[in-house]
Amino acid sequence: MKYKTIHTAEPFTAHPGKAIRMSDFSQALGFLFLGACAAFALFFLGSILYFVIVRGAPAISWEFLTSAPRKAMTQGGVAPAIVGTFSLTLGAIAFAFPLGLACAIYLTEYSPKTILVNIIRLSIANLAGIPSIVFGLFGFAIFVKVFGFGVSMLSGSLTLGIMALPGIISASQEAILAVPQSYKEASLALGATHWQTIARVVLPSSLPGILTGVILNVGRVAGETAAIMFTAATFYTRGYPDSIFSEVMALPYHIYALMTEGTHPESQTLIAYGSSLILLTLVLVVSSLAIILRQRQRRVYGL
Amino acid sequence: MRHFRETIYKWIFSVLAFASLLFLTGIILTLFVESYPFFVRHDISESIFGLYWYPTYDPPEFGMLTLITASFVVTLGAMVVCIPIGVGTALFLQELASASQRAVLKPLIEILAGIPSIIFGFFGMIVVAPFLQRLLGIPTGLNAFTASLVLGIMATPTVASLAEDAVSFVPRSFREASLALGANRWQTLTRVVVPAAGSGISTAIILGIGRAVGETMVVLMVAGGAAVIPHSIFDPVRPMTATIAAEMGEAVMGSGHYGALFAIGLILFFITLAINIVAEIISRRFRLKLGLGR
Amino acid sequence: MDCDVKIRARNIDFYYRRSRALKNISLDVLKKRVTALIGPSGCGKSTFIRLFNRMNDLIPGARVEGQILLDGFDIYHPKTDVVSLRRRVGMVFQKPNPFPKSIFDNLAYGLTITDVRDKEFIEHKVIDSLKKAALYNEVKDRLHDNALMLSGGQQQRLCIARCLAVEPEVILFDEPAASLDPISTRKIEELLLELKNEYTIVIVTHNMQQAARVSDYTAFMYLGELVEYGDTERIFTVPKEKMTEEYLSGKFG
Repeated sequence: MKYKTIHTAEPFTAHPGKAIRMSDFSQALGFLFLGACAAFALFFLGSILYFVIVRGAPAISWEFLTSAPRKAMTQGGVAPAIVGTFSLTLGAIAFAFPLGLACAIYLTEYSPKTILVNIIRLSIANLAGIPSIVFGLFGFAIFVKVFGFGVSMLSGSLTLGIMALPGIISASQEAILAVPQSYKEASLALGATHWQTIARVVLPSSLPGILTGVILNVGRVAGETAAIMFTAATFYTRGYPDSIFSEVMALPYHIYALMTEGTHPESQTLIAYGSSLILLTLVLVVSSLAIILRQRQRRVYGL
Repeated sequence: MRHFRETIYKWIFSVLAFASLLFLTGIILTLFVESYPFFVRHDISESIFGLYWYPTYDPPEFGMLTLITASFVVTLGAMVVCIPIGVGTALFLQELASASQRAVLKPLIEILAGIPSIIFGFFGMIVVAPFLQRLLGIPTGLNAFTASLVLGIMATPTVASLAEDAVSFVPRSFREASLALGANRWQTLTRVVVPAAGSGISTAIILGIGRAVGETMVVLMVAGGAAVIPHSIFDPVRPMTATIAAEMGEAVMGSGHYGALFAIGLILFFITLAINIVAEIISRRFRLKLGLGR
Repeated sequence: MDCDVKIRARNIDFYYRRSRALKNISLDVLKKRVTALIGPSGCGKSTFIRLFNRMNDLIPGARVEGQILLDGFDIYHPKTDVVSLRRRVGMVFQKPNPFPKSIFDNLAYGLTITDVRDKEFIEHKVIDSLKKAALYNEVKDRLHDNALMLSGGQQQRLCIARCLAVEPEVILFDEPAASLDPISTRKIEELLLELKNEYTIVIVTHNMQQAARVSDYTAFMYLGELVEYGDTERIFTVPKEKMTEEYLSGKFG
């Protein structure tokens, strides 16, 4: 707050005797602490970005991005892992998106207030909190073994899809609920049926929000390791996956394997840095995109 | 005809809506079914409270207490890191950051919350662990302390982001009332804003705990992997998630070891379930308290 | 006459970003009198009284020009201590805003922030303030219940009591009855009339009858300007300005 004035009068204080109040002192101390917290958080997270970028950059080359690993993981590139991560993520979203959207539509538009619906809501909330390794166990027991898909892209995508489901449902619900009631009423008042209103009014106006939520989950799925460890990922394949039943390499698992297996730590570390940089770039670009989009939408809806 | 179509759509959606419930039940059933043979053959309390985890010995021993303790210790350590830093960052954003700083920092923190855990594990293993090993002169940098630190930092953006939301829900009128009574900003923050947002902040912390308990890659790579009860925070440990991840590949299907790993998964599932339920209850109370409705 | 002036505003301009919300306002608030600010919504009356305890400091991009003197001292002087200013100039807001704490803690808050530790004194002060705000009899058995359990009117009187506990010299009321029912409004107005013996009161209201009932002096503001200021009775009977007359007769606003 700025001001411009001619000071004819003297300032006053209620405590003329005391130079500094205790409360002002604790305020200064407290604010210092808060600043330190924020600085530490940013420092640590910033140093991760710094190390991965600075040490990973030398590993990146056209060959690194486009060729397969050679000589027991000590040379060559990570192209199969990039392709694997893309296909696993794509598969997971292809499975979870329609299902999650349908569920969100039901919960926001059709849901009768019954115990059953409450149970569905509860199960979504709880599904969201389950550790990814438990999803991995489930995927292994059901998709890999019972359904007999084996360790494959299909098993991995389904496992990742189930993991992403709660996030997609709640993002879609939020987007659908943000559609003003007046839009729906206008449509219904014109004689549209419930489904026509959903399909032509509700979904089109909530679509940007829904897609943002989906993109945000893409980032999480792409970086996930524990859920694909025993459902889809393999340390090494010769080439690219040729069907949904083949094992795939994936960037996150590749980083893990490079760090814990193999016999040439030096050269493997460089490749791990390079893979980390690719994964990080991928995930951060995707999630920044989602967050920027969301902020823009919030401004549109005046939220 | 039109009516018929409407009904069909409604039915399709309601059937699909059950997917989540189906998967949740599926997960619970799978964990029970796969660990059932283990529980039949081994005494439950002996396994849970047993100190020795030697799954490949003959006869094998499946004492899970070491693993549970490890998870507990590492999570506790992570909380010591991420509660002050996460909540402190949230309060900094709310109270000290200018509007333009907040406009940058808030999304930045959300973006950082999306860094994959494997990157944290990798960073912890290759940068933090050697650094701490040299700094503290300890035999190995891969231990409970390092794992706690990395895990805590990993959970910080989540906690900060959720806590910031909770604090921003506190009506401006509370703040104004306090300032108008002659309180300074720090008093207003600590005596009015934080207590009012208290349960919201607790929810943020509890969800952070949930994230730390269930995290696999960081502890798998950084905690050191020794299945013994730690005597100091600089001892290597092997939390539950790391155990599953490390041993699932070698466990023979249907063996005691295989069942034991699912049993750990089951324990893990119930722990996170409990955490979620507590978070849900507290956050509901928070909304009621501030009159935000449900 | 000059010794009776409690707050003197001189040539006040208030800018919010680029717009000029208050235009060259000069006005004297007299000691132990009730001064009402009336005018259509958006005329700047709330903005104006929020300058008296510097609540507008919280608005980013806001700027004041001119001078406000409290007992002759410039409250916008760089060395002015905002915290002690706000303890001398209390405020009651449009919407009741008790803290989500107990009734007792709400009242004790203003004392504990200045490190008053004497429990007996605090308790005495809490009860005394509740009595002054005519709330004591209604809440004496549940001082430790959450203040949000009270009705809207009770909450507003609680906020008044909370303000009294700090022993201010001036109390600013920003449309204190705007969100209350007629009976609660009545009670607040009665309270105001009692309080004016001890305190200097400035009240913002868009309710003309309320201004006529409670105030000694009335200022009419329109579009950020002070149109007319004077004795309430005169303003309501023989306004000098045509604009005031039109507003009072309900032609606009």
